[in-house]
Amino acid sequence: MRTLITSLLLSGLLIGSAVAAPKGNLDEANANVYDRASLERGASYFSQFCMGCHSLQYMRYQRLADDLDLTETQLAGWLLPADREAGDYMMSAMPYQASADWFGKGPPDLSLTSRARGPNWIYTFLRSYYLTDDGWQNLVLENPAMPHVLWELQGIQRAIMDAEPGSNGQARPQVVGFELDRPGLMSASEYDQFARDLTAFLTYVGEPAILKRERIGIWVMLFLSLLTLLSYFMYQEYWRDIKK
Amino acid sequence: MAKSASDLNRQLNRHLTSVGEWVDERMPVSAFWKKHISEYYAPKNFNLWYFFGSLSMLVLVNQLLTGIFLTMHYKPDAATAFSSVEYIMRDVEWGWLIRYMHSTGASLFFVVVYLHMFRALMYGSYQKPRELIWILGVTIFLVLMAESFMGYVLPWGQMSYWGAQVIISLFGAVPYVGEALVEWIRGDYLVADATLNRFFALHVIALPLVLVLLVVLHLAALHEVGSNNPEGVDIKAHKDSQGRPLDGIPFHPYYTVKDIFGASFFLLIAAFIIFFWPEGGGYFLKPDNFVQANPLVTPEHIPPVWYFTPYYAILQAVPDKLMGVVLMGASVLILYIVPWLDRSPVRSLKYRSWPSRLALAIFVIAFVRLGMLGLSQDSSTFELRLWTFLYFAFFALMPVWTRLERTKPVPQRVGASEATS
Repeated sequence: MRTLITSLLLSGLLIGSAVAAPKGNLDEANANVYDRASLERGASYFSQFCMGCHSLQYMRYQRLADDLDLTETQLAGWLLPADREAGDYMMSAMPYQASADWFGKGPPDLSLTSRARGPNWIYTFLRSYYLTDDGWQNLVLENPAMPHVLWELQGIQRAIMDAEPGSNGQARPQVVGFELDRPGLMSASEYDQFARDLTAFLTYVGEPAILKRERIGIWVMLFLSLLTLLSYFMYQEYWRDIKK
Repeated sequence: MAKSASDLNRQLNRHLTSVGEWVDERMPVSAFWKKHISEYYAPKNFNLWYFFGSLSMLVLVNQLLTGIFLTMHYKPDAATAFSSVEYIMRDVEWGWLIRYMHSTGASLFFVVVYLHMFRALMYGSYQKPRELIWILGVTIFLVLMAESFMGYVLPWGQMSYWGAQVIISLFGAVPYVGEALVEWIRGDYLVADATLNRFFALHVIALPLVLVLLVVLHLAALHEVGSNNPEGVDIKAHKDSQGRPLDGIPFHPYYTVKDIFGASFFLLIAAFIIFFWPEGGGYFLKPDNFVQANPLVTPEHIPPVWYFTPYYAILQAVPDKLMGVVLMGASVLILYIVPWLDRSPVRSLKYRSWPSRLALAIFVIAFVRLGMLGLSQDSSTFELRLWTFLYFAFFALMPVWTRLERTKPVPQRVGASEATS
């Protein structure tokens, strides 16, 4: 019996270590989807800087208004374009096919990016564009079809490569850091917050239910804890005569 | 004239009793209740491991009920399946909850079923006269695997699509008819709308019906011979003057209240996952499956869902495709003959000695380790083969050590060993 328990514990440890494996070199976004102000800023930034090309094909304006407690007038004056209804999906004005023709690859829909790639990926992506002699590169998306459209905000970064190419066993020189070649309108920390707000917004868009899921979950857990406790007492009571 | 409350109560009782009698004369309702619930005598010494049978049924009911509501909004069509799932997650009232209950339930189903099967291996619950219970159980497991595989395809994400592609193509290893068989399963030259549509039909109608039927038979067989217990004592050997096992207690109310407690605790854990950790760290809902299926873009890595990875690792351990498929199939089918591989005169591990314990421990480690190797893209071939070898060695050598090892005498009655020692 002891061998068994040991082996079970051991396999539990093995599973734990597998789950804890690192997931690439992504920066920690620390985006807080419950921070209303951050979420609102993110929504603004998205409609201002991203929605020219990118759609949120599963997200309705109305849902956003409901979750951010916006009135109809607030929604209309802020996020909703004049030619759209509140119940419409948040589609970019640019036709997908046209942009695919122009850029070679259409701008991807971003509704589920936070779920497919994770918030840290979005945050890192937004912060790690750098200019090379051959054009824009990004640390987490090689040869991006999209140039760094936010360079005016962030400024232009150049990559610092490791001193000896291939020194760490890599075939190619690796990016070890960035230096700001030309400053942008925002300071580094302002741009980080900008990226964090956009990440929070896209995390919310990836799963709008996230805002109420955990809130409801706490009550469900409390209820089930009480049920577990009461059913345990009931079990003890019934079994008193069996377990003498 | 005002009637008192107790008068009314008595009258109501009389009416209800006569309704009950009316029904009983036409259908054996109370006889059924007695045989399977209130006068089904179960050993009084069930431990923690005996929760997982009733929990499996709880999860099955959860899958059936949430499945019904998902079916109301899901579109089994390659063009709209993916967006219909997002519609459920966003626009259907409580749709996100129903979907998470279903997706979490799928993983928890395998958790409880694996623990339930482990219990049977530990206490020899497959031994005579319970071979049929075990055989029906293994069949339930097989159908469950098919059911969950097809369900996994329905959201039509990249992992759904390419997972289906990989699994279905395994049938291509069958000599002569392989390719034709694969095409027949897919209903097209590649995994496509026809595949999705038929998987939907099988997932929501055919396999659930088979599952429920098998569960009924599993229980019918169990109630015919009676439950085993951690001691492996035959409780029917000692009965009182009315034919009731002395070490048995009526399932209701004793095990109903106990199982309600177990179910509540299980629901607490399930609720935690559903509300706070629905992706299960990427194991219950995979990130890649939030990208719509695209036949033109093959993902870099297509690992199966966690509960299939041990078998997938066995497949990878063999260089030849056909042999790999045969071995993978054998790794599950070999369970069928366990009742005849085990030659031990005693059931429970408690009365066996170290060879049985060591063998089961190695088997568990091999199974878990294979599951981890199956998740990874570049597992070492040596390790894959080592654990595959040990996995099969458990079954192949079972007749040997179970016959040779020393066993302790099984007490006549439950609790007798504690009393004497």
